[in-house]
Amino acid sequence: MDTSIWEPIIYLVGIMAFAGLNAAYLGWCERKGAGHIQRRIGPKEVGWFGLLQPLADGIKLMSKQLLVPQGVDGILFRAAPILAMVPAITSMVAIPFSETIQARSIDLSVLLIFALASIGMMAVLIGGWASGNKYAIISATRSVSQNIAYEIPMLVTVITIVMLSGSMNLEEIAMKQEGGFWNWNIFPVAGESIAQAIIMPISFIIFFICSVAETNRAPFDMAEAESELIAGFMTEYGSMGFGLFMMGEYLNIVVGACLTTILFLGGWYGPFGFTSSVFWFLLKIYILIATFIWIRWTFPRTQIYKLLNLSWKILIPFSLAILLLTAVFLKVEGFLI
Amino acid sequence: MTVPIQCTPDETFVLNLGPQHPATHGVLRVKLTMDGEYVVKAEPVLGYIHRMHEKMAESGTFAQFMPNTPRMDYLSALSYNQGYVMAVERAAGIEVPERAEYIRTITVELNRISSHLLWFGAFVLDLGGFTPLLYAFDDREKILDLLERITGSRLTYCYYRFGGVYNDIDDEFIAGTREFIKRLRSRLPSMYHDLVTGNIILIKRLRDIGFVTQETCRKYGATGPVLRGSGVQYDVRKNEPYSVYPELDFDIPCYPEGDSMARYMVRMDEITQSLRIIEQALDKLPEGPVNAKVPKVLKPGAGDCYCAVEAARGTFGCRLVCDGGKNPYRLKLRSPTFSNLSLFGEVAEGMILADALAFMGSLDLVIPCIDR
Amino acid sequence: MSDYWSDVINGTRSLVIGMNITVRELFKPVITEQYPHFVPVMTPRFRGHIELIGNEETGLPNCVVCGMCQRACPSSCITVAGEKPEGSKKKVLTKYILDFTKCSLCGSCVESCNFNAIKFSHDYNLASTRKEDYIFDLVKRLEEQS
Ligand code: SF4
Ligand code: SF4
Repeated sequence: MDTSIWEPIIYLVGIMAFAGLNAAYLGWCERKGAGHIQRRIGPKEVGWFGLLQPLADGIKLMSKQLLVPQGVDGILFRAAPILAMVPAITSMVAIPFSETIQARSIDLSVLLIFALASIGMMAVLIGGWASGNKYAIISATRSVSQNIAYEIPMLVTVITIVMLSGSMNLEEIAMKQEGGFWNWNIFPVAGESIAQAIIMPISFIIFFICSVAETNRAPFDMAEAESELIAGFMTEYGSMGFGLFMMGEYLNIVVGACLTTILFLGGWYGPFGFTSSVFWFLLKIYILIATFIWIRWTFPRTQIYKLLNLSWKILIPFSLAILLLTAVFLKVEGFLI
Repeated sequence: MTVPIQCTPDETFVLNLGPQHPATHGVLRVKLTMDGEYVVKAEPVLGYIHRMHEKMAESGTFAQFMPNTPRMDYLSALSYNQGYVMAVERAAGIEVPERAEYIRTITVELNRISSHLLWFGAFVLDLGGFTPLLYAFDDREKILDLLERITGSRLTYCYYRFGGVYNDIDDEFIAGTREFIKRLRSRLPSMYHDLVTGNIILIKRLRDIGFVTQETCRKYGATGPVLRGSGVQYDVRKNEPYSVYPELDFDIPCYPEGDSMARYMVRMDEITQSLRIIEQALDKLPEGPVNAKVPKVLKPGAGDCYCAVEAARGTFGCRLVCDGGKNPYRLKLRSPTFSNLSLFGEVAEGMILADALAFMGSLDLVIPCIDR
Repeated sequence: MSDYWSDVINGTRSLVIGMNITVRELFKPVITEQYPHFVPVMTPRFRGHIELIGNEETGLPNCVVCGMCQRACPSSCITVAGEKPEGSKKKVLTKYILDFTKCSLCGSCVESCNFNAIKFSHDYNLASTRKEDYIFDLVKRLEEQS
């Protein structure tokens, strides 16, 4: 790798383009997907198959007045949408898209991404609080309690992975899963032990549920809950403030899918071992994102206390048990070898 | 609102739900006193869509009030139509031909199904599930098409006339209805019960939430699925039979639990029962005229009569006082939704916001019916 | 405890069933009608706003200006006027205004007419931004139709 001045610039442009494209077109995918699940068409008028719809929406949002209601905390109100966007883009710096495509290989990249994700949650809190709207405040408090509840099982499962791979660097975690799908963390048949292969899928499901909850997606979209809280923390936002929140939300989904792919699904390695490229990585994250969309348009929303119960009563005990079992297995293997 | 939130010393605040709110499906306003997420007090505020239907009835002839009836509860318009028509027929002593009664039964039950389907969709939408709404609308669309064919309108039907119906049904309608019965029967288990009723998230949100006891129902005069969901087997179609219901075989679904799930199940079972009723009525449909001879200007003799029908949301009652003139002297309309909403305040106390709204959805409110 | 496990297992199963249903719907054809591209045909009994019926031979309105429809309308949206030309016994319709802003499409007018002079039209593309667009002059409409 040459360390010319161009490299960071290329990465900057690349990541911004990737983020921008995803933020715009995931909205389109979601609307199309939802449409067809409901046996409608979805966007179709603007451009071929409605492909220019995100552009039209963007222009519409940008041309609207940036309305700051009276009585809000001006600085925080304006800062919140930006705060929703920035951490999501920043986390992409640490994500390895393939062996060679990675902006920065950071030793504690797992930790970094989780730290940034928490800042994203701050955006919801600040946005809700600064709006001075009662619905927004309820939404903000909800999302904080939800995030705390779901970060615990999520981190516990991540610790399991970290124990298995012995590293907190995403690149190394991915490299550990080199080879076919039998080497991936979700189903490590060829891995440390057979018992591990049985519990890891459960751990994957826990992680997946948590990432749905962390990204505030239905059925865990407590913060937005449009039939209860109008639009939650976004109630007072219009024009691009709203647009940035939406884009931040989609980017969080992308980051969540990337993380799941690297931690569980073998990163950029093909399913049968002989190929590895950014293509596989992108394929995997988009399959995950499609699942996000599919889930959202299938289920009703949970209720906030039921949601917390799910985390504290089911996910946390299960993830702790998996952590414990993994530790035991690793130790036993250690003795045997 | 721009005023910063101010908490009273006991840390409660007032949340103004409506008159524009996605969950109230209309211009209902509920003043909620909240303690965090908990509802301390709920107070429905009515009157945003009051149109003085009762006064309008007094100022026009009997026939001129007819188009107003479907505007009260636009989702089960035909029941309201029927209630009013029956009251006038009783006052004027008009005999309705049998075929007309059967046609009324078929159409009113179709309308009941379409109303329940819409409620189903809107209710799941309140709970945050968008997709079932569209599946329900797919089926409902078929009913609207059928009814449009014979009544000429899709929502605010005004199909019944004093002494009969507007015009006869044709074979295509009968064939279409039979096909619809088959279609809905085949779709009910998978598209409704598997997708929604069995869903763990839905069950967790509805079961043991929003208890309405029989006493509460009695106190507020709640009827319809709300009452039957509390274990009282009361249905005007069985208890004070009218039209041709005594000749048809159907059950009154009744669940004793009294929670939101019970009300949900009552409505879902009612769809099945309505399908049964329609099927039998189609089989028994007699030949004959669909209209009785009625004078053009109706002048019922002085008197006072009451007539109740089972609308999709409960008992709709019409009390008609005549003084022998061309206009009703007084028409009192008893709408079921008004009574059903009245118990919201009492039951919602102590619930958390999301549950209170789910409970409100399970009452199946139609706001124009509350504010006649 | 057994409740807990049955919740976890049955719950998961119900979620899988639900997802299975929606993914099957995803690949079924679209059922919505693409309205401006495909225009639905109204059924014969469709109740649009009213219009006058012309005499088959002369093309003149059948209406005899009896005023029944005007009286029957609950929202008083109809204004009819006619005059008696000299030498003729029957009145001739000169003005038939329908104020569609108030009309509830109830059909009382059509039912009250004994002379087969009005019927429901099948127009439904009536959106407009101006109130005046809904004051229909039905006599002119009849002339344009013939
Ligand atoms: S349809 Fe009804 S409201 Fe409209 S003009 Fe005729 S009588 Fe009046
Ligand atoms: S009732 Fe018929 S004939 Fe009489 S004025 Fe109206 S349209 Fe003309």
